[in-house]
Order: sequence, then C-alpha cells, then structure tokens
Amino acid sequence: MATRNPTAPLTGERIEQSELRKKPRVGETVIQGFLFLCGAISILTTIGIVYELGKEAWLFFGKEGVSLLAFFTGTEWQPAIGNFGIWPLVLATLMTSLVAMVVALPVGLATAVYLSEYASDRARNTLKPILEVLAGIPTVVYGYFALTFMTPLLRSILGDNVVQIFNTASAGIVVGILIIPLVSSMSEDALHAVPNSLREAAFGLGATKLETSLKVVVPSALSGITAAFVVAISRAVGETMVVAIAAGAGPKNFIIGEDGLFSFILNPFVAAETMTGHIVRISGGDLSYDSIDYNSIFAIGLLLFLMTLALNIVSRRFVARFREVYE
Amino acid sequence: MAVQQLETGYPEAEALQRQISQRHRRGLRWRWLFQLSTIVGIVALLALLYNILNQSFGLVAVQNTVDPRVLLEGAKTAVLPGADTAETLADLPKETLVAILAEHISTGLGRRLERDQRFFADQFAFEDPALFAEVCAGAEPPAGCTLEPRDQNNVYELLLERVVAPDVVQSWSLVDSVFRRGAIEEQLRTDYPTAVLEFRSWITADFIVSPQSSTPEFAGVRTAILGSLWVVVITIVFSFPVGVGAAIYLEEYATDNRLNRLIQTNISNLAGVPSIIYGMLGLAIFVRAMETFTSGAALGVITDDTTANGRTILSAGLTLGLLILPLIIINAQEAIRAVPRSLRQAGFALGATQWQTIWHHVLPSAMPGILTGTILAISRAIGETAPLVVVGASTFITLDPSGPFSKFTTLPIQIYQWTARPQAEFRNIAAAAIVVLLILLLSLNATAVVMRNRYATKTA
Amino acid sequence: MNKNGEIAIEAREMDVYYAHFRAVKGINIKFPTRKITALIGPSGCGKSTVLRSFNRMNDLVLVARVQGEVLYRGNNIYGKDVDPVEIRRRIGMVFQKPNPFAKSIYENVAWGARINGYKGNMDELVESSLRQAALWDEVKDKLSQSGYSLSGGQQQRLCIARTIAVKPEIILMDEPTSALDPVATLRIEELIQELKQNYTIIIVTHNMQQAARASDYTAFFNMDEDRAGYLVEYNATNMLFTNPQNEMTEQYITGRFG
Ligand SMILES: Nc1ncnc2c1ncn2[C@@H]1O[C@H](COP(=O)(O)OP(=O)(O)OP(=O)(O)O)[C@@H](O)[C@H]1O
Ligand SMILES: [Mg+2]
Repeated sequence: MATRNPTAPLTGERIEQSELRKKPRVGETVIQGFLFLCGAISILTTIGIVYELGKEAWLFFGKEGVSLLAFFTGTEWQPAIGNFGIWPLVLATLMTSLVAMVVALPVGLATAVYLSEYASDRARNTLKPILEVLAGIPTVVYGYFALTFMTPLLRSILGDNVVQIFNTASAGIVVGILIIPLVSSMSEDALHAVPNSLREAAFGLGATKLETSLKVVVPSALSGITAAFVVAISRAVGETMVVAIAAGAGPKNFIIGEDGLFSFILNPFVAAETMTGHIVRISGGDLSYDSIDYNSIFAIGLLLFLMTLALNIVSRRFVARFREVYE
Repeated sequence: MAVQQLETGYPEAEALQRQISQRHRRGLRWRWLFQLSTIVGIVALLALLYNILNQSFGLVAVQNTVDPRVLLEGAKTAVLPGADTAETLADLPKETLVAILAEHISTGLGRRLERDQRFFADQFAFEDPALFAEVCAGAEPPAGCTLEPRDQNNVYELLLERVVAPDVVQSWSLVDSVFRRGAIEEQLRTDYPTAVLEFRSWITADFIVSPQSSTPEFAGVRTAILGSLWVVVITIVFSFPVGVGAAIYLEEYATDNRLNRLIQTNISNLAGVPSIIYGMLGLAIFVRAMETFTSGAALGVITDDTTANGRTILSAGLTLGLLILPLIIINAQEAIRAVPRSLRQAGFALGATQWQTIWHHVLPSAMPGILTGTILAISRAIGETAPLVVVGASTFITLDPSGPFSKFTTLPIQIYQWTARPQAEFRNIAAAAIVVLLILLLSLNATAVVMRNRYATKTA
Repeated sequence: MNKNGEIAIEAREMDVYYAHFRAVKGINIKFPTRKITALIGPSGCGKSTVLRSFNRMNDLVLVARVQGEVLYRGNNIYGKDVDPVEIRRRIGMVFQKPNPFAKSIYENVAWGARINGYKGNMDELVESSLRQAALWDEVKDKLSQSGYSLSGGQQQRLCIARTIAVKPEIILMDEPTSALDPVATLRIEELIQELKQNYTIIIVTHNMQQAARASDYTAFFNMDEDRAGYLVEYNATNMLFTNPQNEMTEQYITGRFG
C-alpha cells in the first residue's frame, strides 16, 4: 500500500474535547422515552386483555357448580339453573361462520381472480372502490340488512314455516357478504405478487387464460390465499352485531339423542345465539360485577380470544411462507 | 383421425380445432362466473342501500289519540277565553291551551314540565308555589327557576305531543307505497277508519335535532350524534398522538431487538382481535377498575349521579381508542416508511438531532398518509357498536351529553336499539338513523380519498 | 483557523464493517486543510463508506461499525463521549442526488442555521450562503417557492448553500454531479473551486476528468478479493495522474479496468 503523504504531518489545532462532548439533550431523551411508551401501550393492551379475561374466567370456574369439564362438554347453557355448557354457543358460532365462509370464500376468491387476471384497468378502478365502500359500512347496518332484507327474502323463498324470524342462515349469509372485500383484497394481493414470468411461461406453452389463472397463478399464490381464508374465518367468528341482531337471542340448547342432528342442532334456519351474541345481550342488560353472569361472559370472551388469536397466528404463518417465496 | 393421433400423441387438424374451441368455451364460462362473483358485491351494496331507503320513506297511517277538533269543541263549550273565534287549536291563546293541557295530563307530569320551564311568570299551573320556591332555593335549582316562561307556540307543541299525540299506527315501505297505494287505502279503511294516510320521510330536520323519545314519531338522533362526536373526540385525542408516537418509535428509533420485534408482532395480532373483546377490556379496566377516574369522581365533576359507575363517554372513547390504535400505528408506519431516506440524511448532515429531523422533515412529509389512515380508523370507530354495548351505553337518555363524564349513546347504538324493537316504526327510524350514519361516514371517507389523491400528486 | 498545510481530518487504521462484511480495511489518510481531495476507485470499493465515516453518517446504518480512529482536530470522532450531532455540524455533507427539504428555498437554507441556534441576521446569512453557492441571482425573486421547483443543478447548489449556511469546516461530497448534465456539472465544479478558499473539501467522483480538473489531491481506492476496499495510492493530483506509482492506479486512470 503506497500511502504517500502529500503534506507535512501536522495535526490541526487541537480543540477541547468538551466541545465535541455529548451534551445532555434532556428533550431528546424525554421524547424518546415517550415514544417508547406509546409503543409499549400495545403490549399493555395485550397484557390487559389476557389478564382481565383470564382473571374473570378463573373466578368463573372457581364458582360453585361450575366445572371446566361441564363447560366443555355440556349441551345446555342456562345460567338461571346453573348449566354452563358452551356447546350451544359454540355451535351457533360455527354455524354462522360456516355459512359465511360458504358465501365469502368462493365469491371473494373469484372476485380476486377477476380483478387481478381479467379486469381492465377501468373495471378495476371502478370495482375496487365499491368493495372498499362495502368494507367500510358499519356492521350494525349489516345487522339491520340481515333482519329486514335477508330474513324476509329467505322466508319468501323457503317458506315461513321453515325459516324462523331469527336464524343463523340469514346472519351467516350477511356476515359472508361483509367479509367478501377482506377475502378479495387479501387474495388479490397474493395473486398480484405472483411474478409475471410464470404467466408468460404458461401462455408460452399454449395455455388459455383460464388455465393460466387456475392452474398456474392461483396455485402459486395458494399460501397467500389460504392466509386470506383463515383471517376471514377469524373475522366471522368474532363478528358480533349481525349475529346479535339477526341470529337470535337465547342459546339453542339441545339434548343429544333427543334432538335431531340436522333437523334441529345443525339446522341453520332456527334461532341460535352465538358466543358474541350472548356476550352482547348479557352485557347490554343490568350486570353486576362479580355475579356469575359477569364472570361467565369473560370465560366465553377468553375462549373467543384464543380462537381468533390462533387463527390469526396461523394466517400470518401462511403470509410469511408466501413472502419467503416471492419477496 | 385416430391414426393421426397415434403419430404425435396430440390431437391434430379437426380434433385439435375441437379441443381448442372447447377449452376456449370453458374459459368463457369461467370468465363469466368470475365476473358474476364480482357483481355479487355490487348487488349486495345496492340491495343494502335499496333496503334502507325503502324503509326511510313511505306512507304512514296516523291516528290521533285525541282528536284536536274534540279539544276545540270542548274549549268552546267551556267558553274558555279566545275559544269562540278560534278555528284551530293553534289559534287559541296560551292561557286556554294551558287549561286544556291541565285537563288532560296528570299533575305529576305537569309539575315536571313546569320545573323544566314554567308556564307563567307570575302564577303556577301545576306546582305549589311554596314547594317551587323551596326547590329553587336548593343546591341545584331546575331550569324552570331561571328560564323565561313558555310561549304560546311551545305550549301548543306540548299539547300536540302529550294530548293529541298523533300516533303512527302502521307504516309501509317506499316501494309498497308507490306500487300498492290502492290496496293500502283499502286496508286502512277497514282497519283504522279514523286514521289519515300521509307520505312521510323519516329523515327530517326534526329527526336530526330531536333527542331520543319512546315514541318513534318524536324520536330523533340529536343525543346520539352528540354522543358519537364526543366519543370520537376522546378517541382521537387518545389514539392519534399515541398511535403516531408508536409508529415513529418503531420506524425511527427501534433497533432490531427482541422487545421491538415483540411490539411489532403484538400490534399486528391486536389488529385481528374481535372488537367485542376490546369492549370487555374497556368494561374491566376503564369502567370498573378505573371507575373513580372515568366517572369524574376523582376530579369531583360527576355530571349526574346515575353516571357515577364509570359507564361514561370517557370510558367509551378510550375503549375505541385502544381498538383503533393498531390500525393507526400500522398506517402511520407505512406513511413514515415511504419518506425517502435522503430527507433524513440531509437533516442529519446539517447537524440536526434525530428528533429535529423527524419533527421538521419526516413528519410533515408523512402527514398526509398518516391523516388518511387516521380518518379511515376513525370511521371504523364511529361505526363500532359491540364494544360500546359491552362498555355500557345507556339504553335511554334524552339529555345532551355535557362532557367526558356524561352517560352516552351513539348513532350505531341507537340504530341497534331501534332495530331490536319489534314495532315497524322503529325499523323506519333505524333506517333513517342509518342514512345519517352513512352520510357521516361517506363524507369522512371522501375527505380521506381527496387527501390521498392530493398526496399522490404531490409526491409523484 | 488553521494555517495552510495543516491537516483537517485524518483516518488511522480505519476498518468499516457492515454486519460481518468488512467493506474497507486499514485506511490511513490525512486530508489537508482548504484543499480539494478527490476519492476515486471502482464501484463498490467503499468510497462512499469511507466518506460517510468522516461525519458519522454511518451511524444511521444500523449494521455499520467503524474501527480504528478518525482524528478531527486532535479528537477521535468515534471517541466515547463524542456527539455525532456536533460532528455533523462541523463536517457537512452533500449527497449524490439533490435532496432539498419539502420547504421553501429560504427555509431550506435557514433551517440548519436555525436548529443550530444561529442568532445573527437570518436574511443576510441566507443571501450570503446562496451567493457563495452561486445561486443567488437565479432564486432571489422566488425565495418562498418550494425547493423542488428548481432544476436538478439548482437543487444541488441549494443543497450546497444549505450546507455552507451552518458554517462547517469540512464539506464531504459524494458524487455531487453524477445526477446532473454537463453544464450544471461545470457550474458545480467552479463553485467547488470557489469554496476551497474557506473550506476543506473531500469529494468522491467517478469522473476521472473531474478529479484531474478540480482536485488538489487524489486518493485511489481498490478492493481485494474479499471485496474489502483499501487505499492504493494517495498523492497530489497532477502527480498521481501523470506519474502513478502503482500499476493498478495506472490501469485505472487509463481506463483499463474499473
Ligand atoms: N448499508 C449497507 N449495508 C450493507 N452493505 C453495504 C451498505 N452500504 C454499502 N455496503 C457495501 O459496502 C461496499 C462498499 O459500498 P460503497 O457504497 O461504499 O461503495 P462505493 O465505492 O461508494 O461505490 P459506488 O462508486 O458504486 O458508489 C459494497 O460492497 C456495498 O455492497
Ligand atoms: Mg458511492
């Protein structure tokens, strides 16, 4: 290394170290501390949720006559006589979610395929805002829609004696409609991320547009689409106002063996109260702290929280896997 | 043909044509299916709007509880002052109207009305003067002690509301009203011979400015709108600075360590927690654990004693604040990330501190994006219902909220409560309230879109 | 101030790492006061990295780490208590792409002075800085317009004016003309010659003519097989270009590699 020094090795006038020394910038430190606290509030929120739900659920299971086993196996939820079996509520939640998925998944995915693979820019620019509007309508409005439009519609098609005024089918269909934008926008993002070279390769082999879309693009985006589906399920499970308004007020208790499986227990046309619907109804009334009712809704809430959390974590796993491949 | 196929393994000539056109036909069928699915969203939106407008307007059959003509006749027979010349109730002088009112309502109700606002400056229609004086001398005298007496018009309206009490006995949807008018009139003649048919828009200026009432004809959304505004102000005051602060921390300060990764993961998890869970958190933390603070007791400003249990605007606002916090953070992070690094470098190279660079350069550039995200989050908060039901929205209040420690109701809560009523008229006002809510949200979203577009042209 | 011939800043055995990757190694170099020194070398050899080490801009890259010493007026700027904010005020930087703030022309120049607590007449400072940057005549009538309303070359001069306004001792320039057309480039080069009267300037350039034309000293960097950059040769510019001591230098300046 031929480092030739062109000038005399004079060091510049020495300045006092203290001039360059870090000055105590109190303001900067205070601000940074405040900003950190802002970030930490999210952690506190989670701790708060887990602690409060856990504590009240703990109190609930500590009450006389309540047991974890009965909670998870019982088929009747009748607080008045001390029956706390979660199944009627869980089944109703699963029913509405299932119906919602039957509506939202195919429609949402097909919409995404259309928007990403087929639609012209103009079509996309008109359709996407409409979907955004759909996503921005408050759920209570959808509840109103379910009760005053979907239910009468179902009743006029299937008959008043088949479809009750409150029923899980109508609530589920409307929940499905409100989830369509979520499914379609997440799926479209996934389809969009598939590199064009794959499409070109398929076209180059003589594939039609449909074959390219369904056999090449969609499978390549599968983990992203799966993530959308899983998030959608979580949304449906946690959806509250539509089911509180349209699905029915009162758990659909049943006795295995006596009530028919499909004529009653899994019948989507009769009234049934979901987990969220129950929480809303009970907490909307006069509720005194430390009563068993108060504790019980927190136990339901904890179960709901864990279900949706698990679904969200699964969904993020899929997203991460998808990113790994394409980003 | 079969021979040829053996040679290359592929269909050729006619068979090839057939195979290809078959594939194209299948392509078209599916394309049609995809398009149809896309339309489903539009159809749903249209059906929803149709349904709401259909319920917001239409014919109603109105029947008076007491016919105003009967009241006028009564006044004429009793030779009350001014009755002989009057053609309608509205022509009667105030004294006469008060007399008719006194005849038809209970003394208890009369006293209540008089305490709200007195009828005469120099005499009492219902109250015992001594008792009234005593009430006025109390610590919190009612409005009647200080307000000017009611005027003729006010008393006339009281009479209409309390005595004549026009009651909607049946209502029809807009489509029915237009296409089945004949049948409706027929039905009216047999069911309610004394009722009058009139066309009504359930959305009126009165509907916007009237407080809640137990009769749908008089009910309005004033209390609910004010409640929504109060709650959303608290929400913004809490979640905007905290959300933007957290975003700045994560984007500008946080190093890649476990704690910060945990915060980031946690935020995306929180964004997926069902809103009702936030309601339960709010109930447990703000309403119950922090009751002395959220009820205003700690500051000694309890607005009215029935709110003292913490189910206040403050609790509701904070609950919604926590709910939209993850949305604000995630949006703000994206906006901050979009600010070019060169801007930060320029700031640092001039000897600015990190905060000076952020405050003077990064934040102003990111602000349109941050605001757009915030507005979207706020419209989410305005539409939320379930968490507020859990936190404890009031089922019936007619008083305007007076501050963060008041009881509250909001537009979506009002819609929920009206929808849950079995009577058709409540469905009508629920629809009217939905129209109000949607217009509010639409204007907010339009603001966001405009802002986003301006932002897009500025940075392009 | 320093007498002519003194050293403005000096690196001793400086290594810079990005995480585990050593981007430059064993840099020993002294920059004379009020002279223009050009840093040249093939792309990726670490010129920007070296330059950014002189005013601790590398602190902003989370994975970057500097070893060795950088002496500025007798102090190691990587010393324990040294405040990078103070360093950057004294050692300014002009970047490859013009990066004016999203503010008015006036504010672009005034901002740095203001945050550094300048108490004098701001209008005068703005004017003199813009004059020194040879931009005053072009913008004096539109000082309240956005900095983005200027052409690329004007923007770059605005960035220089902004840097001068905080009165640094040393100005680091990383390919300041690479985003500009030849005419704008020429103006900046003239400007740099002017600035030499008052400032020590270290400039990274890819343009051999520019280095030959505009600088007093030139340092040539190259990288070894691990892609770690090192200083090959450092000399007065006319010496280095007419009589390179090192074979690699000769090949590089005659355009045979890099
Ligand atoms: N932020 C960074 N993170 C990781 N590695 C980096 C980073 N910045 C630069 N490097 C690496 O350090 C080495 C030197 O980069 P540097 O930008 O200093 O080169 P350069 O000589 O300025 O090149 P050019 O002439 O193209 O500007 C390169 O191998 C580059 O990949
Ligand atoms: Mg470089």
